Amino acid sequence: MEGQNLAQAYRLFECIQCGRCTGGCPMSLKTRFNIRRLIYEALVDEDMDLQSKEVLWDCSTCATCTLRCPKGLDPTDMVIGMRSILVDGGRIPPTIRDALKSLAIRGNPLTMAREERADWAEGLGVKEISEGAEVLYFVGCSPSYDPRVQKVAKAMVQAFKKAEVEFGILGNEEVCCGSEARRMGETGLFEMLRELNLETLERYPVELVVTTSPHCYNAFQNEYQGLDLKVQHYTQFVAGLIDEENLPLSKEVRRIVTYQDPCFLGKQNKIFEEPRKILRSIPGLELRELDRSRERSLCCEGGGGRMWAEGTNPEERLAHTRVQEAMDLGAEVLATACPFCLLTLEDAAKTVAGEGGIQVMDIMELVVEAL
Amino acid sequence: MGLRIGVYVCHCGVNIAATVDVEAVTRFALGLPSVAIARDYTYMCSDPGQALIKEDIKEFGLTKVVVASCSPMMHEPTFRGTIQEAGLNPYCLEMANIREQCSWVHEEEEEATRKAIQLVAAAVDKAFLLEPLEERRVAVTSAALVIGGGIAGMQAALDIANAGFQVYLVEKEPRLGGHLAQLDKTFPTLEPVAPLLAEEIREVEGHPNIDLLTSAEVIGLEGYIGNFKVNVTDQATIRELKVGTIVVATGYDLFDARLKPEYGYGIYEKVITGLEFERLVSLSGSRKFWVNGKEPQDVLFIQCVGSRDKSVGQEYCSRICCMYTAKQALLVKEMLPQARVTVLYMDVRAYGKGFEEFYDQVRGEGVLYRRGNPSEIYKNGKRLIVRVEDTLLGEPVQLEADLVVLATGITPRRDSPKIANLLKLPRSPDGFFMEAHPKLRPVDTVTEGIYLAGCCQGPKDIPDTVTQAKAAAASAMIPLCQGQVKVEVVTSIIDEELCSGCGICAEMCVYDALSLHERKGVMTINEVLCKGCGACAAACPSKAIKLSHFTPAQILAQVDALV
Repeated sequence: MEGQNLAQAYRLFECIQCGRCTGGCPMSLKTRFNIRRLIYEALVDEDMDLQSKEVLWDCSTCATCTLRCPKGLDPTDMVIGMRSILVDGGRIPPTIRDALKSLAIRGNPLTMAREERADWAEGLGVKEISEGAEVLYFVGCSPSYDPRVQKVAKAMVQAFKKAEVEFGILGNEEVCCGSEARRMGETGLFEMLRELNLETLERYPVELVVTTSPHCYNAFQNEYQGLDLKVQHYTQFVAGLIDEENLPLSKEVRRIVTYQDPCFLGKQNKIFEEPRKILRSIPGLELRELDRSRERSLCCEGGGGRMWAEGTNPEERLAHTRVQEAMDLGAEVLATACPFCLLTLEDAAKTVAGEGGIQVMDIMELVVEAL
Repeated sequence: MGLRIGVYVCHCGVNIAATVDVEAVTRFALGLPSVAIARDYTYMCSDPGQALIKEDIKEFGLTKVVVASCSPMMHEPTFRGTIQEAGLNPYCLEMANIREQCSWVHEEEEEATRKAIQLVAAAVDKAFLLEPLEERRVAVTSAALVIGGGIAGMQAALDIANAGFQVYLVEKEPRLGGHLAQLDKTFPTLEPVAPLLAEEIREVEGHPNIDLLTSAEVIGLEGYIGNFKVNVTDQATIRELKVGTIVVATGYDLFDARLKPEYGYGIYEKVITGLEFERLVSLSGSRKFWVNGKEPQDVLFIQCVGSRDKSVGQEYCSRICCMYTAKQALLVKEMLPQARVTVLYMDVRAYGKGFEEFYDQVRGEGVLYRRGNPSEIYKNGKRLIVRVEDTLLGEPVQLEADLVVLATGITPRRDSPKIANLLKLPRSPDGFFMEAHPKLRPVDTVTEGIYLAGCCQGPKDIPDTVTQAKAAAASAMIPLCQGQVKVEVVTSIIDEELCSGCGICAEMCVYDALSLHERKGVMTINEVLCKGCGACAAACPSKAIKLSHFTPAQILAQVDALV
């Protein structure tokens, strides 16, 4: 019955088996994950056995399949639905299970303590939003806890202060946006986190929420029904600051930089121009475009819970391909605007280029170099 | 002779009779004042049913007839004809819709019967007040306008001109030929286009009955079937043309492949559209086929670019791409027998005469068809990489190519909203101009006297375009042959005593039928333009406008009977 239910729920009968989903899928480059075939199996096999489909955890929910589908179907959502079935049946990789458990107990997937969420901001003079501010900076889990990504959060604070932005953070009140929980198939947990965030956000009269991560931005923008607040990814906000001449970028940054479009920013939310605008505004910086960019950008494999699951082919990594492409371009810096991209690409750069090779940086880190 | 009404209650097989007690309705009708006869019958619209009415008109000396059956949209013209044949004025008919508005939408027999009785009572009360109306005709200007000088427009113009009528052919571009002029050979016969087109253009240009206006544009339209006044820019001047009918043959635009950025069109010079391929191959002559000074070894064709694709708002099939791709693939194979020529498709639609045979021939010549619609093109060094799942293998593959040809589809012209507005043509959801009826009136439009030909109505290949052009020409000639046309009898009537000339009615009228009489200071109605919709009558603050056949007295009588 599983197949039939899925077919109804995700309108699979409308599929014409053209293959654009699998043809564009970054995972199909390296694993047996074939989304067109999954759709077909759900249609023809009433007793489709999802339990044996380990490949379901390969998907990074980059949504290329959804964007390319000529019939307006949402195969990404179908994968999430299939994962929900696995989660309900308790058949999940242990690392995913731990991340979900941590999300439920601690409000972050990184098994870190709730009360340490705002530790990164200590000594930076960052206001709590309860003290009142126009802009809420929603930091996110990785930028709060991961030492590498904390640098991005700190860069953000430095730039906001330079631009005299009236902003505050939720501090230890902040919990995960739930984007990854939903994509790992834990819909209930996502809904709970959404409730929590909506309740918190209702309490503070802010005008704008700015996120570090495209994943939080996407969740707020597209999956938080009932959120009546303007939300921006930081690249939009900072591009605006530069436009209005509120953020003077005066120092030269003499580097050759290329840019990785994060899937949740570019493909999924069509934010292509703002990150490039910021990079072009930095004096001395030379921006070189990767051949596969914008709508054709290659996923780093960091989304959809893949930070906590290696997938069925951990040997080949798309992030390695990406770093190699950036090096072939002669880039000294591979810039991005997403905590997951930053982590996966930096990991790859260490392997591919070694220490002292190509650097992986967040756009915000380049911005503060120019301050 | 006094008022004598006949009431006819139709069973419509079981459509009405299964839900409504038709006999009870008939008995009720018989009891109404002035009703001389009431009958029920299985199919009132059938020949025996109509004969029944005609006999009664004679026998009982009926002066008005009420038919209780289906929607007047369906059979009002039928029954008007019936009573006219028996000597009554056709407007002495009133219909009670007891099918769509009663039996089809109710289940309870008692309630449905009660409603049918009320509808019949209302119709009879209106019939009391019906007045005979006289049909009118106006003379037709014996000339036609054809808009667009592609193959559709040229063919329509030639047909009308050959029948002996004056034709004005207006083309926006400096030259005739439209998209056809950009093609190299036709499918499935591989006939070179140039001589074919040259012959057609020669005929048009030399025709004594065709007044050809190139680099010209229609900028204004007034009037109605039989008597259109069209303003056309001609060089620096504006010409006013007087025509009886109009054929619209404005053609199409090619889908903009940049809207599918995943294919890298506009980024990679070796990714080209089907139309660009035509130019490339006609420049190559019959021997050499070079891309950037080299013979390509791997040529890939991608089907359905901007067709059958909701993600770019192009839901329909463009109908020509399967076959032009087959043709182009064959041309490459003929010029470069050693090259690997692959067509990436999701379905092959070879529905036309000789198409399947041609598709067989193309594959027989060594063109490889692989099932899978590509998702992405990028570069590896200098070569193009096409990412596609071979859906029959169930394997994603990366194919290298020296040339990729996108089978770009057909879209409505970007200026079609402007043309639609000018000519008052509705468009179907796909954006093309809409025919009056998809089956029975495929070249007519809802604006009488205006007809459609070619791709402005929807994607078509050359034979279908020519067929439709000939059909539109034939339709456009009917009023020209007749010399006069009937005009709507049910029109608005202005009471000049009450009218203050405020002009609110003119704003409401979508047919431009109302204007201010300068001297009298009141509104006047052009009864030929008026379609009897009643918008002006409802809007008039002075109640100075009445709609004949739907007068306030007639409608209030109906309402009184219902409430």
